[in-house]
Amino acid sequence: MARSDVQMMLDVKAGDNASFDFLLQKYRSPLVNFLYRMVRDTATAEDLAQEVFLRVYRARKQYTPSAKFTTWLFRIATNLALNSVRDNRYHKMGISLDAPVSDEDSAPMELPAREMRVDDRMIERDRAEFIRRAIGMLPEKQRAAVLLHKYEEMDYGEIAKILECSEGALKSLLFRAYETLRVQLAPLVTQPITQGAGERRPS
Amino acid sequence: MKCEDIGKGLIAYLDRRASSADRRVIEEHLAGCAACRKRAEEYRKVWMALDEVPAIEPSFAFDARVRQRVAAEPQRHWFGWFVPQARLAFSAALLLALTVWLAKLPPSNPVMPGATAQAQEEQDFNAIKDLGVLENYDVLTKFDALSQSAAASMHPEKAQQDDSTAND
Repeated sequence: MARSDVQMMLDVKAGDNASFDFLLQKYRSPLVNFLYRMVRDTATAEDLAQEVFLRVYRARKQYTPSAKFTTWLFRIATNLALNSVRDNRYHKMGISLDAPVSDEDSAPMELPAREMRVDDRMIERDRAEFIRRAIGMLPEKQRAAVLLHKYEEMDYGEIAKILECSEGALKSLLFRAYETLRVQLAPLVTQPITQGAGERRPS
Repeated sequence: MKCEDIGKGLIAYLDRRASSADRRVIEEHLAGCAACRKRAEEYRKVWMALDEVPAIEPSFAFDARVRQRVAAEPQRHWFGWFVPQARLAFSAALLLALTVWLAKLPPSNPVMPGATAQAQEEQDFNAIKDLGVLENYDVLTKFDALSQSAAASMHPEKAQQDDSTAND
């Protein structure tokens, strides 16, 4: 019978480094991807992911299985990512006092005209970049909520624990995030209203 | 239910996490509202579009770096609890040094040696004791020694004669 993550972490606590290696193999890719989508830089994402594993290892003696292992793991990752994003933003603000920023992040996202046949003209890579940038433009907490909800497929309770908010607050956060994405990705997702006979008008 | 309320419930509806009661309410609303149906379809497309973002793979050196950093962690031994943290040890040493230094400082109000201090106290006590007498006018006017010393100060030659007479 396969051991659970919690059991493996308890084994790490008992001094079993092979279990730590197993957890590293299992979560290295999800963590690096989550962090990459949060900070939008491969090298920073890898550094932060290494830091997450190091913190897990350092905290092994104090580990108590009070929640799911992934809740604990992604809470560490989310806190590190949020700090990194905020630090980076302040850093960029500091630079902008002296020199104009001209990287792609500062440029407004150009949405293709609605009448264009976007699906025909955008090659796959551009579409992916377009979507990635839309995710990256979300406020960091909304971004974390969407990534945990969509890519990690976590339930609301777990995401709320990671983001340290109530489930109600999380639902509002997700609604605002998906609403922003719906607007930002309008060229990809908008479709005409098809109103049936006798249907009510929007209230 | 209003379209705005339905919009907030659409995410949970689309990812199949809404309760059966909520699902029923939303489905009834969607059946009669084209705008919300459109919005639900757009959310579904957003949801699918997010799958188009490719995942990245950690670099080949990733695992090695993690293991390297883990190996560089200081190992704690069984006597680790006994060894205080460097910062705590430094603070305790600093506090001890400060206490010793303060104890060795000369006092700002030096204490008199025992005998001198006692004499000074007696003198002060007597001065206080005589205050009542000095303030009593009748006593002072009848006090010969004072009247003599006052006269002597006013007529020193006469006082000298009196002295010589007394000596004779």
